[in-house]
Amino acid sequence: MASSLDEAAVRHVARLARLKITDTEATLFASQLSKVLEYVEQLNEVDTRNVPPTAHALPVSNVFREDVVRASWTTDQALHNAPDGHDGFFRVPKVLDQESS
Amino acid sequence: MSDQTLTTRTIVGLEIHVQLQTKTKMFCGCPVRFEAPPNSCVCPVCLGHPGALPVMNGQAYRWAVLTGMALNCAIARHTKWDRKSYFYPDLPKNYQISQYDLPLASDGYFEVQVGAGTKRVRIRRAHLEEDAGKNLHDTGNCTLVDLNRAGAPLLEIVTEPDIESAEEAYVFCIELQRLVTHLGVSEGVMQKGQMRFEPNVNVAIESQGREYRTPIVEIKNLNSFRAVRQAIEYEAQRQTAAWRENADYQLGTVPNENRGWNADKGVTEFQRGKEAAHDYRYFPDPDLVPVEVSDVMLEEIRAMLPELPIARRRRFAEQYGLSVKDAETLVEHRATAELFERVVAGGAPAEVVGKQLVNVWLKLANDRGVAVTDLGVDETRMAELAKIAADGTVNKTAANQIAEIMLSRGESPRQLAEELGLVQVQDMDSTRRWVEEAFTANENAVRDALQNPKKMQAAVGFLRGQAMKGSGGKADPKLLGELIEERLARLRTGS
Ligand SMILES: [Zn+2]
Repeated sequence: MASSLDEAAVRHVARLARLKITDTEATLFASQLSKVLEYVEQLNEVDTRNVPPTAHALPVSNVFREDVVRASWTTDQALHNAPDGHDGFFRVPKVLDQESS
Repeated sequence: MSDQTLTTRTIVGLEIHVQLQTKTKMFCGCPVRFEAPPNSCVCPVCLGHPGALPVMNGQAYRWAVLTGMALNCAIARHTKWDRKSYFYPDLPKNYQISQYDLPLASDGYFEVQVGAGTKRVRIRRAHLEEDAGKNLHDTGNCTLVDLNRAGAPLLEIVTEPDIESAEEAYVFCIELQRLVTHLGVSEGVMQKGQMRFEPNVNVAIESQGREYRTPIVEIKNLNSFRAVRQAIEYEAQRQTAAWRENADYQLGTVPNENRGWNADKGVTEFQRGKEAAHDYRYFPDPDLVPVEVSDVMLEEIRAMLPELPIARRRRFAEQYGLSVKDAETLVEHRATAELFERVVAGGAPAEVVGKQLVNVWLKLANDRGVAVTDLGVDETRMAELAKIAADGTVNKTAANQIAEIMLSRGESPRQLAEELGLVQVQDMDSTRRWVEEAFTANENAVRDALQNPKKMQAAVGFLRGQAMKGSGGKADPKLLGELIEERLARLRTGS
């Protein structure tokens, strides 16, 4: 069951990620991403009938932290790499309706 | 079809976000603080910097499970964390860590008192997730972002659509607030956004033997009980009117939508349609390991489960003979309820303790804006005050006065009563003298009490008040009342 990604799927994913892509890019990415999928699909050749499904590969669970405050960053440190800031806030282009794109 | 009669039934399911009162965020050690300077409680983890790794807050997990137990849910023995992808400036990682297909609690129920009856609302699921930051929109062409709240632990509780009116939803939300504050898992303060409600509302309309259902509307982000009630009421009416207007306004035909509540106008407003199901691209978070809940962990958490508010209210009313209203007030806060029982355990009569807590101590605490347990009054002293009120050493007015003085002085209430001359005087002669004086000084009131049926009751009350005042608050009100009646009776018969 070779799956491939068509251009419509690429545009959909790009829209979800709020990325603007050109038609040329859509074509290019569709073929590149399909190749990635194809590569990963080699895994389908392994017989997993007797392997229980899992969401994690590590045999580790329950890594908890005590509810103890640790030092945060200063506001200056937090904003240090931000393109723009104002009065301790991050400043970003105005958010329009989150569904529009 | 506007004049035909129809019966309608409102159908409501609730999604509730409860902020847990942990000291730190869900996946990092930054403090959860309301109104801290912007971006002062942030670190590489909650800012979503590359390479930063989240670690679960064990307290948040235990409290979430505890709440699940209180909601009669099945607690999952195995859960994991998922990434919910969406893009918005208040979400620095571009995904929210949440639980998708394996919520930590599911299939429960919560019972609330609606009028005289009990309403059972099924709980579909409860899961943990991290909160987003805050966007401030009102600055020209820019949005300002504060990420202090990003990563704060949120418990999302989802009910089945079992709620059948705005009033039921209102009561449910209040009772849920009582529950989480009682459990001590959340402060539940609306003004701080610690509880947020999202009702899903539609209407079943029965007309000419057929049932129609309107599309489901999700009302976003309500943060007061009043808003919950008003928004649902409004929405049910709006949907019914929309169906009358156009019979095609039906579930499945017209898309579901999100609406926002405009409190100023008292209306819901369209936000966006839901024709395309949300595509959040959930997938397991590879940075976080799964949770396995062992028998031991489950039992440890179950041992933390206190008596729940509804059960405690019923028990207080039955066991201590309190009125339903007083029991409700005492159970409103767990600390108050527990204080009540400790004072009663100190040997004071429960009924008097209950009355004094509700009518005196809680009032004093409210006036000062503190919790009743923070008034600084020793519990054994509270018990003593109830005892000397119950045995008649002081009357109610005097007890109130003494309570207020106890806030600043440490002597026993009995000592204070003696020092201030508030010990109730049972002596017949003195009491009779106070009555005489009140009668002599207030001839008009005496006349009304004898001759004016309309003013009679008020006049007697007035005389009682004057006589009590004359006694310096020391008179036994019962004896005073009896002597006043006796005196009036004598005047009536002219003797
Ligand atoms: Zn942090």
